Amino acid sequence: MLNVLNDAVPVACWSCSIGHNDSTLFCPHCSKIQPPPGGDYFSVFNLEPRLNLDLKALEQEFHRLSRKLHPDRFARALENEKQWSLADTALLNDAYRTLKDPLRRTEYLLKLLGNGVTEEHNHTDSAGGASKDTSRVPADLLEEAFELNMQLEEMRFARKSGAEDPELLASLEDAKKKFTALLEAVDRDLRVCWTAWDGGDAAARQAQQKKMVALLDRRRYLSNLVRDVNEVMGA
Amino acid sequence: MAEGRVVGIDLGTTNSLVAYMEGEAPVVIPGADGLNLVPSVVALDPIPADGGRPTITVGNTARRALMETPERVVYSVKRLMGRGLEEIQEELKLFPFRLAEDAQSGPPDPNEVPRIQLGEMRFTPPEISAYVLRQLKRNAERYFGSAVTQAVITVPAYFNDAQRQATKDAGRMAGLEVLRLVNEPTAAALAYGLDRAKEGTIAVYDLGGGTFDISILKLRDGIFEVQSTNGDTHLGGDDIDNLLIAIALGEIFAENGVDLRPYPGAVQAVRKAAIEAKIKLSTEEEARFDIELPNGDRYKREIPREVFEMLIEPVLERTAGPCKRALADAGITPAEIDEVVLVGGSTRIPAVRQLVDDLFQLQARGKKPHTELNPDEVVALGAAVQAGILAGASKTTEEMLLLDVTPLSLGIEALGGTVARIIQRNSTIPASATEHFTTGVDGQTNVAIHVVQGERELASDCRSLARFDLKGIPPMSAGLPRIEVKFLIDADGILNVTAREQRSGTEAQIEVKATYGLTDEQVESMILDSFDNAEADFAKRLLIEARNEAATILAAVERAPQSAAWTQLTADEKTKVAVARDYLAAKMQEDDAEAIREAVQILDLATRRFAELMMEAAVSTAIGGKTMAAASEDMGDEIAAPHPMAAAEFK
Repeated sequence: MLNVLNDAVPVACWSCSIGHNDSTLFCPHCSKIQPPPGGDYFSVFNLEPRLNLDLKALEQEFHRLSRKLHPDRFARALENEKQWSLADTALLNDAYRTLKDPLRRTEYLLKLLGNGVTEEHNHTDSAGGASKDTSRVPADLLEEAFELNMQLEEMRFARKSGAEDPELLASLEDAKKKFTALLEAVDRDLRVCWTAWDGGDAAARQAQQKKMVALLDRRRYLSNLVRDVNEVMGA
Repeated sequence: MAEGRVVGIDLGTTNSLVAYMEGEAPVVIPGADGLNLVPSVVALDPIPADGGRPTITVGNTARRALMETPERVVYSVKRLMGRGLEEIQEELKLFPFRLAEDAQSGPPDPNEVPRIQLGEMRFTPPEISAYVLRQLKRNAERYFGSAVTQAVITVPAYFNDAQRQATKDAGRMAGLEVLRLVNEPTAAALAYGLDRAKEGTIAVYDLGGGTFDISILKLRDGIFEVQSTNGDTHLGGDDIDNLLIAIALGEIFAENGVDLRPYPGAVQAVRKAAIEAKIKLSTEEEARFDIELPNGDRYKREIPREVFEMLIEPVLERTAGPCKRALADAGITPAEIDEVVLVGGSTRIPAVRQLVDDLFQLQARGKKPHTELNPDEVVALGAAVQAGILAGASKTTEEMLLLDVTPLSLGIEALGGTVARIIQRNSTIPASATEHFTTGVDGQTNVAIHVVQGERELASDCRSLARFDLKGIPPMSAGLPRIEVKFLIDADGILNVTAREQRSGTEAQIEVKATYGLTDEQVESMILDSFDNAEADFAKRLLIEARNEAATILAAVERAPQSAAWTQLTADEKTKVAVARDYLAAKMQEDDAEAIREAVQILDLATRRFAELMMEAAVSTAIGGKTMAAASEDMGDEIAAPHPMAAAEFK
């Protein structure tokens, strides 16, 4: 699957006409900037898809490529070079933003492999629509989450009427601790998955991908809860 | 130089400046009055009685007109840039902007670009800014003696798409190709970064005349990577002035029984006094108002610094929120900020410095904010550095690169009026997002998209950027078309959109209708020279000057044979003079100023020995027969007689 994505189509350089690999930002022969290549975000950095990345090396490569690609370097270049510099740098920035953040990186890889939530916006004439994330409540959290939401409502109401309920506050503090701990547990599990995926064969990877989809769902739900608690407690 | 210089311009709410890279260092270019700051004030001169063209005055002269003819003068127009009629209602209560009242039928369009009435004429905010830019362009041209056509212009980091576009439009109207819009705090960081430690995290706190920005940057190996930015495009020194003015007007009404508000000239006198008092309170413990009222009374009042600081606290406090949000977005704590840079005239106020100190725990960590560079000039200096980076002309800037971010999230309106974010705030620009759209009804051939900018959940609470229609979708069953729309925020922070229908492979047509702002045609019609072409354009002016210079030297050569010194020249020397003379005479017939200047120099060279002979003769006559060498010994090193044929200096 990944090989298909990375399959390079030979194209001719616009400047020197020598054929080169499609997934290159610069012509290997004349060094001129090329239109945005077709590969994935990993290939921008000349990387195989991986979930554990050396962030320091990634940043260095980002800086090195920025120096060469940025529109500031093409302010007085040909019009088409300017356009490609803009498109290439946007691709570089999008890729870096996605890959430097482990969660975004995981989501991206899953989407690349067809495990992600497909996002297609259904539009009617009058109003546009983009799918809002509707995370399912993990079964084991159903009861506690319900109770927490009730308490949050109560707290909001109390805040509005100016009354403070120390008991409620203490119980919210407890809930916050508990859900934060759960969130940390998810992150630990995710890290285990990353390593397993990076080192696994095709079958092992499939299994990890499934796990990660579930973990990401759970994580989204938990982090929303923690955010709500923080908001209500006026963090 | 083939391409000419690129200048850096700080187009400020209160003052504007132009700077450039002189070798390896940025330098501010003064105006004809010798001052670096050009007040961002524009005045329409009285219309000539003979029906001549109306003229516009910019800067200090315009500011002086503010007291005499306030109805012909406008300032702080940056507050209106890129904003619709509906959005500026608050500003109208605080600033004496006079909007043109169009006799148009029907309700006014809330998104319309406002027009400002100056005397008999009306102008859009970008046109007013274009006059300021043109003044700066002229100052630079006067300084260089050559045309300036390319510039980097700074904008508040928190400016949205429409405000940026309006600034670019103003540049175009002024005859400038805007190579880049740079965020003001980032520009300041560039100016400081020239000779500073190569690594670290810095915060730039920029409180100007009308805008507040905070940016957090990471510096590494010459790369200035903005981590986050936040701000308020309507918060600045102006707000402090308005507080003082409101108090003075209230007291004058209460104590003297005079309501000054109907008298714009008198209000301007109060405003001037308020600004002076504010400035004084940065260094003194007390300032005083002493204003003559139209009825001859005087309004006197003392303002201790303590009272002033109490008054302005709510204004200053409004800068704290954006700072905290910027820190949170960058994912760092105040203690992780290595250095703080202060920018903008308002950061001279001691209470502002105290607030910054508290926010970033500076004193507690044995640190001080950077104020080495003049806070009024540092943004323009940074713009010049960025201009140097773009021109690629300086060794210092060769290794520098600025990676800035978009200050506001970009989203599209989804079902139910909510916002689906497609590019998050603080994403490094250029940034892009690709979205796929489809149809909801069989045979549907167009899809409407509404793009907004902002952080709120509902589209109606965000800033509407543009609406467009994807047209020409081939009729298919609902949900079958797959239209790929690419949103790209460029290095200026401005949105570009392209679309393609993927199933049929046709390019979907898009008509991007910006919600606010001028159309291309409108901008075109407002280009200043098309309105006011009374002045010859710069190339023509240069040509005329070069021809004058040529005529002067040719006349002198014409008279040369009458001089005794001429006989001392060899035949060869005389021939050389004749050849150079004919060459210049020929070049003068052509329209190339550069070639004429070159020919003048050749003739100048050919006549050098003759000039020396003449000078020696003149000097020996004057000092009674001594040789040139002996004479110069007598006079020390001061001898500096001009070349008798030297071209006059053209200013």
